[in-house]
Amino acid sequence: MIPACEFRWIMPEIMLTGWGLLLLIIGGLTRGSVASKTCGVLSVIGSACAMYFTVNLWGANQEVFNQLYTIDNYGTFFKGLFIAILILVSVVSLRYADREEIGSGEYYALLMFGVLGMMVMTSSHHFVTIFIGLEVMSLSIYVLCGLLRGNLSSVEASLKYFLLGAFATAFLLYGMAMIYGSTGLMDVAELKRFFLLKQPFSATMFIIGLGFLIVGFGFKIASVPFHMWTPDVYQGAPTSITAYMATGVKAAAFGALIRVFFTAFVPFQFGWSEIIWILAVLTMCVGNITALVQHDIKRMLAYSSIAHAGYILVAFITGDRTLASSMLYYLMAYSFMNIGAFTVVIALQKKGENNSDLDSYAGLGARHPFIALCMSIFLLSLAGVPPLAGFMGKFYVFSTAVKAQYYWLAIIGFLNSVVAAYYYLRVMMYMYFKETIGEPGAADKAPGYGLVMLICIWALLHMGIFPKTFLLMAQKAVGIFS
Amino acid sequence: MIGIGIGFKWFIFVVAALVATGSSLMMVTRKNPIHSALWLIVTFFSVAILYVLLNATFIAVAQVMVYAGAIMMLVLFVIMLIHLEWGAQWKRKLSFAKLIGGVVTIMLFLQVLAGVFTYSDAGQKGVYSAQKLAQLGNARAVGTLLYGKYAFAFEIASILLLVGIVGAVLLARKRKD
Repeated sequence: MIPACEFRWIMPEIMLTGWGLLLLIIGGLTRGSVASKTCGVLSVIGSACAMYFTVNLWGANQEVFNQLYTIDNYGTFFKGLFIAILILVSVVSLRYADREEIGSGEYYALLMFGVLGMMVMTSSHHFVTIFIGLEVMSLSIYVLCGLLRGNLSSVEASLKYFLLGAFATAFLLYGMAMIYGSTGLMDVAELKRFFLLKQPFSATMFIIGLGFLIVGFGFKIASVPFHMWTPDVYQGAPTSITAYMATGVKAAAFGALIRVFFTAFVPFQFGWSEIIWILAVLTMCVGNITALVQHDIKRMLAYSSIAHAGYILVAFITGDRTLASSMLYYLMAYSFMNIGAFTVVIALQKKGENNSDLDSYAGLGARHPFIALCMSIFLLSLAGVPPLAGFMGKFYVFSTAVKAQYYWLAIIGFLNSVVAAYYYLRVMMYMYFKETIGEPGAADKAPGYGLVMLICIWALLHMGIFPKTFLLMAQKAVGIFS
Repeated sequence: MIGIGIGFKWFIFVVAALVATGSSLMMVTRKNPIHSALWLIVTFFSVAILYVLLNATFIAVAQVMVYAGAIMMLVLFVIMLIHLEWGAQWKRKLSFAKLIGGVVTIMLFLQVLAGVFTYSDAGQKGVYSAQKLAQLGNARAVGTLLYGKYAFAFEIASILLLVGIVGAVLLARKRKD
């Protein structure tokens, strides 16, 4: 039996589900542009309600629903991040989804269900719940990727993501099954107690299961041998969904990965850190070097997001539970920079056009000084230039590696961020030092875009100049591991 | 008497396992997708027999009803709908991709074998022993867990199904123009 009072702990989830269902109904009653606008506004209101309940959960520590679901600061931190992403993407979609004629009740409802899945997967330490949350998130995004049905690359993105995603899910599930088979436990917190009693534990089946888990999560965070889908999917998907995917999915996958590994598998850190060491180095190098030769901004940002996953893995390898806050801080900074950058891409795209060639950014500084300035701030933050949040994020992540005496890793990471600066600054060079090429169309100047850009810039500056508040939050969040 | 019972069980296991392996091999080597699909049904049935031998009657029934019944119907429908019957026939050629795929498959197979053969019962025992299941009944035990302990996951799974339905409608709907 489930006591009714336990439902008050999952108010954010109930809010998102309820508003999602409401949007489905309203989307069916209205049509066209009206439907798109109404649902967009309702989606923002619904997310704001969910945000209110999430903020109220801060500090609560509770196991609910027979230990299937956990309310703690770590989960609440991620919930807040996901809802912030949802609000920003919804505001951008107000105009973008309407322009591309993909906005409907279903579009916003799927955005909400996707966030619901992310929340479920990061706030549970039970494999069953983590898996179902992951699937709710993934399924919503498979659909959202293919919404531009007239556009072949969008359909390709959806299909590719679906097939490879299903393949990766199989690995994840297989890994969970093998760990269950060798230990008889599906709860990560119980696994932790189990390993404390039975040290050293080295059943072959368990080791194989752990490897499969790394493959499954590695796919979702787009680390290198499993990154093949990323550029095509990010480029083909509608740009608002790319922003949602690049930030939300990555944060959710890292959230679940960190929770699972840092709760239970710390005793095996010497084993998995070697595997992930190679993954991290490959992820950073391949991501950055391939990004150098991209001529499409969306594709370049896709490769840059692969590289950023590599930077976060650098801190992950150390297995240092108190310094895990650096990853959370990085994910937060990373989310704002990427949403900002993709919003600029959206503002400069024409209707029906899903690519954004670097040439169309030539001379942007003269044509649209405000947009060019915003883009410069996001790019500088991505490159890791002080005083922006990207710099502080990189600083914390690499100093975590140095503290744990992974010097080579920190050096490789640092060299990579130098390489990365080249392709970020190249865009700025195009914007300010090149003459306009051809006849670029007018930028889409909707107030929503401006608002999102300003919010992202404020967040980046605030997090970069006064990182203490955010870092304290991240530290409280990872407090559950100690 | 008991000896004969075990011998018979062993015989059934060997037959079912051989049929399962053979039919799945047939499934991946057929050129005609319809034939592959039919072989897959045979595989599902023989695996269901293995489940019965393991006393997992509920999973066996679900296997036959859901996989061999409903899902295979969908697979056949899709094949016929997009006219794959004779369209997708490729030449048997050794390509680099196939080679890599083969190596990876063999590696995974060996990994699983290693996992199975080194299996030691190191883990914790659950509450549902064979005796308790025989007393309680499989379907009942699954139902109690699903609607009791795992009710939360079950509810989230309903959202998963809803997302699937909405997504299918959204992607399959005709464009207005």
